[in-house]
Amino acid sequence: MKDLYENEMKLEFLSKSNNEAFARITVAAFAAQLDPTIEELADIKTAVSEAVTNCIIHGYEDREGIIKIRTKIFRDTIIIEISDTGNGIENIDKAREPLYTSKPNLERSGMGFTIMESFMDDVKVESILGLGTKVTMTKKIKLLNKEKEEELKDSLLFT
Amino acid sequence: MNIEYDNKDKLLVIKIDEEIDHHAVEKIRRRADYEIQRYMPKRVVFDFDNVSFMDSSGIGMVVGRYKLISMLGGELSMINVKENLYKILKMSGISKIIPIQEVKI
Ligand SMILES: Nc1ncnc2c1ncn2[C@@H]1O[C@H](COP(=O)(O)OP(=O)(O)OP(=O)(O)O)[C@@H](O)[C@H]1O
Ligand SMILES: [Mg+2]
Repeated sequence: MKDLYENEMKLEFLSKSNNEAFARITVAAFAAQLDPTIEELADIKTAVSEAVTNCIIHGYEDREGIIKIRTKIFRDTIIIEISDTGNGIENIDKAREPLYTSKPNLERSGMGFTIMESFMDDVKVESILGLGTKVTMTKKIKLLNKEKEEELKDSLLFT
Repeated sequence: MNIEYDNKDKLLVIKIDEEIDHHAVEKIRRRADYEIQRYMPKRVVFDFDNVSFMDSSGIGMVVGRYKLISMLGGELSMINVKENLYKILKMSGISKIIPIQEVKI
């Protein structure tokens, strides 16, 4: 029997702003095995950058903390979990509203969650005040060619 | 970051050549504000030709400069905006306020 996830990787790093580029590039490199288009890859990079930046600015408010990323690939879908053990979010529905920001003085635009939602197929936010936040984003990578489709059908038959 | 100022047209071109994220905006913001206050230009153009990536940090940065430039009586526009940058500029609504001169595919 096949494993539930065909591939998986985990990443842990300090909440330093110079790790933002490292995080999005690493996840994109892992996602590359699904043969995404340049646009899909750019969408993933941007969504990861948003979630990681939120951990640093809002979760830890520039204190030092650990950010964890777990990325799974399941058939043609990539699932990216990004979490911190920082402040947490009091009102998730409000936080997800376009243009809502708790830090307008830091020139934030309140577009992070809106960008994640529009660039990924699904965005789930779990948070407990004082304990931390986990964002789970899912994106299906569209098949570009028939050959890949056939391969996928085969793999479906054997699961 | 490359700065060009045309004294005759009072035009300041700020060419950014790095990925625009939370890490990068701090430095970009400081330098841009310094140059804007130094020249007091009539027109400021952000040239994104060498920018391959931008997230919401870039929106905040552009809006912040827009406020400063407007306050000083100048105008801001953006040029050489790549498709992925255009997507988030449009989504945020700022492309309605700050004109984009050219979108690069
Ligand atoms: N990891 C987190 N920990 C605590 N609060 C968070 C976290 N992520 C988001 N938030 C809260 O949700 C709000 C909205 O987040 P969002 O990313 O949409 O906007 P922003 O970060 O404020 O601005 P922008 O992303 O446009 O720079 C934040 O202002 C913050 O209050
Ligand atoms: Mg954000």
